[in-house]
Amino acid sequence: MWIYEKKLQYPVRVSKCDPKLAKFLIEQYGGADGELAAALRYLNQRYSIPDKVIGLLTDIGTEEFAHLEMIATMVYKLTKDATPEQMKAAGLDGHFADHDNALSYHNAAGIPWTATYIQAKGDPIADLYEDIAAEEKARATYQWLIDITDDVDIQDALKFLREREIVHSLRFREAVEILKEHHSSKKVF
Amino acid sequence: MDGQWRSHQPFRSPFDPCPPLPKAYVVPPNQYITYQPEGLKQFSPREALKHGTLWPDLYSPYEARYKRGSQA
Repeated sequence: MWIYEKKLQYPVRVSKCDPKLAKFLIEQYGGADGELAAALRYLNQRYSIPDKVIGLLTDIGTEEFAHLEMIATMVYKLTKDATPEQMKAAGLDGHFADHDNALSYHNAAGIPWTATYIQAKGDPIADLYEDIAAEEKARATYQWLIDITDDVDIQDALKFLREREIVHSLRFREAVEILKEHHSSKKVF
Repeated sequence: MDGQWRSHQPFRSPFDPCPPLPKAYVVPPNQYITYQPEGLKQFSPREALKHGTLWPDLYSPYEARYKRGSQA
């Protein structure tokens, strides 16, 4: 069960009318290394992972939903007042034809989100390595998004999100160490 | 069994429908080597081929976990 706080984890300001940026930001919304994939990946893996690290996956998975809201807010602010002409100019005409100004879980190239983006192997080491890789890929994506805009307010929020990826990666690597050193009892079968 | 296995016990509810299965996972030796040191002990060529590695320190055996026809 979750408790919802009706505020963003970190404030999102958009200071430039630049609908085209929404097209790129959507990568972190419905892309392979995006926040939806991250949240669903961790919250799904936690069932079969050893007890010691379930709480970590719950906490990080939950935080990813908070990040998803931030990205959604950016995309929404950038597109909510865009005319069909502006959407067209931004390369979002295909999106407009299908969704008007609604958000949709797809990547920057318009490919819909798919469960094949996330993995649960059942092997704790393999699953945590997938999580570490996902965090590093998301960090890289945030870097390219910071590169592609000159809106300092958007950059500010993206820098916050990028830093969270760095912290999460470390936490997952700590989880690997916990599972490596865990010698509670001998294997039984 | 070798020392690469770690066992753990997931939370068990009094209302769980099935008898518990033992839970364990392997931590292969690559997890403890950041950068392979020089001069590690080596298998003979024939043994190396059989093990899939030249170095005993990197070897991780794996046997089927469930015996055919039995529950666990």
